[in-house]
Amino acid sequence: MAARDPAMTIRVPIRSDADLSWVRQQVRRRAAELAFGLVQQTKLVTAASELARNTLVYGGGGHMEITSLGHGGTDGLCLSFVDDGPGIRDVRLAMTDGYTTGDGLGLGLSGARRLVDEFTIDTEPGRGTAVTVITWAADLPVAERAVR
Amino acid sequence: MQLSEQETVASSARALTGFLTRRREQIAQRWADVPLFRSVFTVSRDEAVEACKSVVDALAVVASTGRLEDIEAPGFDTVREQLGSMSGSRSRIGLSPARIAEEVAALRPSVAELLRAEFPDPAATEATEGLLDLTILMGTLRLVTMQTALSAGEELIARQRQQLHEVATPVINLWEGIVAVPLIGTLDSARSQVVMESLLQSIVTQRARYVILDITGVPTVDSLVAQHLMKTVAAARLMGADCVVSGIRPATAQTIVQLGIDLGSVLTRASLADALAYALRHQDIDVSARASLR
Ligand SMILES: Nc1ncnc2c1ncn2[C@@H]1O[C@H](COP(=O)(O)OP(=O)(O)OP(=O)(O)O)[C@@H](O)[C@H]1O
Ligand SMILES: [Mg+2]
Repeated sequence: MAARDPAMTIRVPIRSDADLSWVRQQVRRRAAELAFGLVQQTKLVTAASELARNTLVYGGGGHMEITSLGHGGTDGLCLSFVDDGPGIRDVRLAMTDGYTTGDGLGLGLSGARRLVDEFTIDTEPGRGTAVTVITWAADLPVAERAVR
Repeated sequence: MQLSEQETVASSARALTGFLTRRREQIAQRWADVPLFRSVFTVSRDEAVEACKSVVDALAVVASTGRLEDIEAPGFDTVREQLGSMSGSRSRIGLSPARIAEEVAALRPSVAELLRAEFPDPAATEATEGLLDLTILMGTLRLVTMQTALSAGEELIARQRQQLHEVATPVINLWEGIVAVPLIGTLDSARSQVVMESLLQSIVTQRARYVILDITGVPTVDSLVAQHLMKTVAAARLMGADCVVSGIRPATAQTIVQLGIDLGSVLTRASLADALAYALRHQDIDVSARASLR
């Protein structure tokens, strides 16, 4: 089980375009502190950018929680994107490459999932959406990727 | 002023109004020498005195309505602009909003001194009430000034952001018929709109056949940035120019692929130099090192 140190959790608001770049900067800084390689940093920051924009555009705003994880000597970073917007009715459809209800490429959710080690999505129509991703510092064997 | 309204105003506030009106000239003379006024109205002292008088008048109006604590009191409207330009010029010389607030607070003692002198017995109820009202009123003036200072700051930031958008997206004429845009920082929707417009404009004015979009300075290429790039490329094509995207870093390339973005239709080169070489070659322009003669 991953050890969560609540003292290491910080919350970043997602309310505007300017907040999106603050989210990216925070994730990049924390990933660099955990000695993530450049490729891993770039992937995680890009995934965060996608998920934070969804929180803003579809969720109507919310926040990101960023937590450092210790796991048998390996460090990881856990990011949660939380909103209390409309939620997603059909998660499987939303996770399909190219599916969009806006005018995007429809690659945010499915692409973000490919960029991280662990991906969970918790959503219910009318109750909001929480997407949580984890990336481990070293290249661990591909962890199970659960979609709820 | 309606009488009924007048009557609801506490007698101490009415007394304060009377005092401010009567002592207008003396107060203005004292204020005209403090830095807040003196350093703004540099041309003549008379000008500073006039500015001080309009602030005293505004305070008298506010006191007469009894709304001593209300920063929205209509009396302040007449001086809001003046206070804004004063705090603006103070902040331009490097004063923080906190320092400006201190300067406004420093206006109070000289008025308080004049007010105290009005009462034969400084311990009398009217005297302490009057001073208390004055303190409240001057505190409100401080808030109003702070408010104008802060909103001036917000305007400045918005204006600078807009300027930055334009400054940060220069279209460079690299060669006859070849223009380049070095993109730096975040490519949000507002910025990519600016990029698109200035690029299409310069395709016309520079008669460009080749356009190089260099993204070396863009730290994150996500699906939105990629979409903006593809739209720009498509628009340039419609204008008759070929687009080359350069400066995609190795980590970015891997990320784009895993994200699932297909940049297959976009011509890419590793560096700006490679992109330029490509454009030159396709215009049949030969650039080679001159053979050394000796
Ligand atoms: N936080 C959310 N709340 C509600 N609906 C969401 C949320 N995130 C995603 N969705 C829905 O899932 C769809 C797919 O999201 P995804 O991020 O994959 O694509 P997109 O945002 O439409 O386009 P892109 O991210 O490629 O620009 C969205 O169009 C939206 O309908
Ligand atoms: Mg998206």
